[in-house]
Amino acid sequence: MISVRGITKRFGTYAALHGIDLDIQTCEFIALLGPSGSGKTTLLRIIAGLEFQDCGEVLFNGKDVSSLPVAQRRVGFVFQHYALFRHMTVAENVAFGLSVRKGKARISKTAMRLRAEELLRLVQLEGLGARYPAQLSGGQRQRVALARALAIEPQLLLLDEPFGALDAKVRKDLRRWLRDLHKAMGLTSIFVTHDQEEALELADRVVVMDHGRIQQIGTPDEIYMNPQTSFVSHFVGETNRIAAATGEVHFRPHDIELVANGSETVVVDNVFRKGGVWRVEGLLEGSGQFVELDIDTAHSQPALGETIRFRPHRARIFNAYGAPHQGEKS
Amino acid sequence: MITRTTTEGRLTRALLIGLALVFLGFVLFLPLVVVFSEALKMGLVPFLDAIHTPDALAAIRLTLLIAAISVPLNMVFGLAASWAITKFQFPGKALLITLIDLPFSVSPVVSGLIFVLLFGANGVFGAWLAEHDLKIIFAVPGIVLATVFITFPFVARELIPLMLEQGKDDEEAAISLGASGWQTFWHVTLPNIRWALLYGVLLCNARAMGEFGAVSVVSGHIRGETNTMPLHVEILYNEYDFVGAFAVASLLALLALVTLVAKTVLEWRFDLHAGARH
Repeated sequence: MISVRGITKRFGTYAALHGIDLDIQTCEFIALLGPSGSGKTTLLRIIAGLEFQDCGEVLFNGKDVSSLPVAQRRVGFVFQHYALFRHMTVAENVAFGLSVRKGKARISKTAMRLRAEELLRLVQLEGLGARYPAQLSGGQRQRVALARALAIEPQLLLLDEPFGALDAKVRKDLRRWLRDLHKAMGLTSIFVTHDQEEALELADRVVVMDHGRIQQIGTPDEIYMNPQTSFVSHFVGETNRIAAATGEVHFRPHDIELVANGSETVVVDNVFRKGGVWRVEGLLEGSGQFVELDIDTAHSQPALGETIRFRPHRARIFNAYGAPHQGEKS
Repeated sequence: MITRTTTEGRLTRALLIGLALVFLGFVLFLPLVVVFSEALKMGLVPFLDAIHTPDALAAIRLTLLIAAISVPLNMVFGLAASWAITKFQFPGKALLITLIDLPFSVSPVVSGLIFVLLFGANGVFGAWLAEHDLKIIFAVPGIVLATVFITFPFVARELIPLMLEQGKDDEEAAISLGASGWQTFWHVTLPNIRWALLYGVLLCNARAMGEFGAVSVVSGHIRGETNTMPLHVEILYNEYDFVGAFAVASLLALLALVTLVAKTVLEWRFDLHAGARH
């Protein structure tokens, strides 16, 4: 188990993290999700030992590793831009962690080669060991980086925006592949992302961060269905935010029903097909606030200028401080 | 309209290229031809004889010695400074970057004078040095000091932009895989910067062998003892020994040509390497 206790970190006058507490179970796949500047990468680097906290501690299986450098924490770290050693072949890259071992831990050249081959097979790059990183595609490079990190048999795998530099299609394939690998190898992994779709699809639990604080920890379903703060509600998934006397009313575009006596009325400004639904954009009558609604394509396509009456059937109200006002409103 | 601009462009281009070529011809190519033709004016034998005089040989030896000491020193200093500046945050970093450029902005004669004022007979440390029978000014240590000062920026200036661009990811990856600091430097950092480092060393060497101003101030011009090649050329020229002066000068010019070729080759490798990264 990995535990983070009261981690605080400042860079000069800028506070990157305020008192972070987090427990990660063995074999869990955790996503640190947040916008840039939320402190997610700093937290990952502190867990790795690439950065050191001002106060608080990091525990690996109950043992305080706070003052251990990265080399002694046995963590695999995967960088957004791969950080492959460009003058080494793919096989040399993968075997690097083994080749720098000293004394008793050293293994023979043959054993290293076999281990590298085995890892390349694992990441489905068999036979590419003699190539140089420059000769590989982005997705292949990231898999080499992963194989290299796994070579040291890490007790924890840390990935910093691992798919950030890849194009959409490759990203999706690699995502699915990484989830399978995580399960098959029984790894404990933490990855940083600003892409909510990626976090919700991959992670067992998602840690949503903003301004150096954890906003919410939960399963993807909990995060999406029961956001605990205004920030989580609008950062994860699409949310309409309507100012009301009691605070801010949040509802998802698909959490509405069309009813003749609906509480709200919207005039259609724009409409387009969004997968299986019509996405309607328009201004609320009365307050003039912009909303997006999803209407089942079983209905005919709403016409521009048409008036739609609806009622949010699942909404949340947040007060001025972003905290939930009074549970759920129906 | 488009045709007209194109014609004008072509004419302007031809004019600019022509101007540049004429300028280069006068300023660079012609002097080079003059150096070699003057050196070989009396034929090959007087040329070789001029180089074979004891004083000329002593000057060549001294120049090689100075380069052999100052270039490795500046390679290490340059590497250390670039490493510190690009991989760490520390107070006074901006000042250090400015200081590295100082030798480029100060006149070489002033650089030489600084060392005379520090280590000369009436200098700050002069009395102490005399007491201990140590000679720096008008001796080899002074020439080395002046040369090291003058050529300090070359390596660092080549490395800093490259190392800044490459960032710290590779080093962090290496240490996360269990490599020690030394292993990281040797197996990861050095291979990443080897072409830029060689390039910097090459330029540093060319300047170390060719430096005149600062060395002239601290050397004392003692024949066969503290005369480097550029100083020897000046002495021979002032004594109307033109063949001798140009013969030694042609060796320096040859060094420049070799440097130029090596630099081109390195740039080509460097580009190839940089290109392969993306």
